[in-house]
Amino acid sequence: MIKFIVKRLLALIPVLIGVSLLVFFILDLAPGDPAKTILGEQARPEDIAALREEMGLDDPFLVRYGRYMFDLVQGDLGTSYKTKDPVGEEVWARLPNTFKLALTSTVVAILLALPLGVIAAIKQNTLFDGISMFISLLGISMPVFWMGLLLIMFFSVKMGWFPVAGADQGIKSLVLPSIALGFMHMASIARTTRSSMLETIRQDYIRTVRAKGLPEREVITDHALRNALIPTTTVIGLQIGSMLGGSVLTESVFAWPGIGRYMVQSIQGRDIPSVMGCIIIFALSFALINLLVDLIYGFIDPRIKAQYK
Amino acid sequence: MSNTAAVHENEQISIKKKSQIVDVWKRLCRNKTAVLGLIIVAILVLIAIFAPIVLDYENQVIKTDYGNALKAPCAAHPFGTDEMGRDILVRVLYATSTSLSIGVVTVIVSLTVGLILGSAAGYFGGKVDMIIMRIMDIFLAIPGILLAICIVASLGNSIINLVIAQAVSAVPTFARVVRGAVMTVRDAEYVEAARAIGAKDSTIIFHDVLPNSLAPIIVQTTLQVASVILSIAGLSFIGLGIPAPRPEWGAMLSASRAYIRDYSYMCLFPGAAIMITILSLNLLGDGLRDALDPRLR
Repeated sequence: MIKFIVKRLLALIPVLIGVSLLVFFILDLAPGDPAKTILGEQARPEDIAALREEMGLDDPFLVRYGRYMFDLVQGDLGTSYKTKDPVGEEVWARLPNTFKLALTSTVVAILLALPLGVIAAIKQNTLFDGISMFISLLGISMPVFWMGLLLIMFFSVKMGWFPVAGADQGIKSLVLPSIALGFMHMASIARTTRSSMLETIRQDYIRTVRAKGLPEREVITDHALRNALIPTTTVIGLQIGSMLGGSVLTESVFAWPGIGRYMVQSIQGRDIPSVMGCIIIFALSFALINLLVDLIYGFIDPRIKAQYK
Repeated sequence: MSNTAAVHENEQISIKKKSQIVDVWKRLCRNKTAVLGLIIVAILVLIAIFAPIVLDYENQVIKTDYGNALKAPCAAHPFGTDEMGRDILVRVLYATSTSLSIGVVTVIVSLTVGLILGSAAGYFGGKVDMIIMRIMDIFLAIPGILLAICIVASLGNSIINLVIAQAVSAVPTFARVVRGAVMTVRDAEYVEAARAIGAKDSTIIFHDVLPNSLAPIIVQTTLQVASVILSIAGLSFIGLGIPAPRPEWGAMLSASRAYIRDYSYMCLFPGAAIMITILSLNLLGDGLRDALDPRLR
């Protein structure tokens, strides 16, 4: 088990080097002089030249990349052009908010998706099935920011139940963003649960359990669902990428103080080190959460755990 | 004699080909939701084609008229007017053509690159496969929309950069799908036969392998158009998409945020337009998947 984790962590290194190189390269294409961004348009040319020299902006690409990576492995994500604060601190302060949102929306997604998927499978080809699958299709088709606006319009503006934006009202602030982001991810989880459930309830061992005379509810929850959940877990894992992407939009709609919103603000301020830092952190979280999901499989399916040797 | 045999064979091939398409078409038509999707997609395509012809861009789509600003839906303006007095219905219709054409162009670009990379990886296997797929893994390690945001943020927002950004983030998905599809037919007997008679690798790939692995690629293409349109709207929503004043659904929604308290109708229609487009493309994609591969049902 430990060997498996270490192996996977080591395999992450080349991917993260690749990601950082790619992102560093893309952001390096950005027009404009960072020294000018920092000093302002009215700065004297000799000041700009001096700052360029100090920041090493005239060095070759690979030298600058190497320097960035050298700092990165020591936990230094560079300095923001705008606030002059270390990017690491800015990101670190916002990371818990983004994780909170990702976690609660995953919970919302699962709570919505499992009943929808299971009911659709048990009542295959009935009205229930149709309605469940239509709801899940809506989840795929509604842009998360529109869903967010509709929720704000109804529950915040009209009913006044939840705050319109921000994170200063604790749980209350978290409700609408989690629903918006969760609803978007509910869809594929529900659909996968339905199809894997359909496959499972036709298996021989389910017939055996039924023949033993177990109540249908127990057959479904104790015997069928447990095995049907394996593909569902995979999909939940696969969704994490779009969850992180979606959080950028959701955080923007609800002015949620997470990394996503910070990134959008940094882009608007042309604050390249901050953008770079956010993407690195996103990619790293994405990779680590994927590893975590792989480990969770082991707990659900002992057959998979046996391969971790 | 041999000539007539060849003609005969040709006829048979053409009959067989036709019957397969007819088969798929028939299965698609039996699927009610897929037909619904197809009809809506067809209507959207018609809107996309005719909106720029019928509507006057300068005078109807982008001309501001502050005297008419923020009018609720009425007979003259069925969807109301926005904060600059522009008719929302006109802008929603015009935006269809922007979104759909960018979606299609992007998917064509990324499909072409994905086809080349994916079929090379799947067909040759070994080192070629490893190098291509490791590079694709790096792209996939960044969630698609973040990669697109990063590219647009760096290059600046214009339609061309938007296409580049979306295409780059869609290529790995296509490469993966194509690679998987190619690998399933790579060792088929007819491929071996083609190799035995000395066909070139490129001929085998484009002539024998790809036509037989089209089904998952077609499905992926339909779904990818939907996902590109969705992320264009997302990028425009955070101000990184289509530059103003050209109407775009996501940008219209973003502008409506400031008026959500008193003019909430503004944020209904552009969002509904996105949803209908994505929904119909998804219905069509799912229907195509079932029709192309009946075993999957």
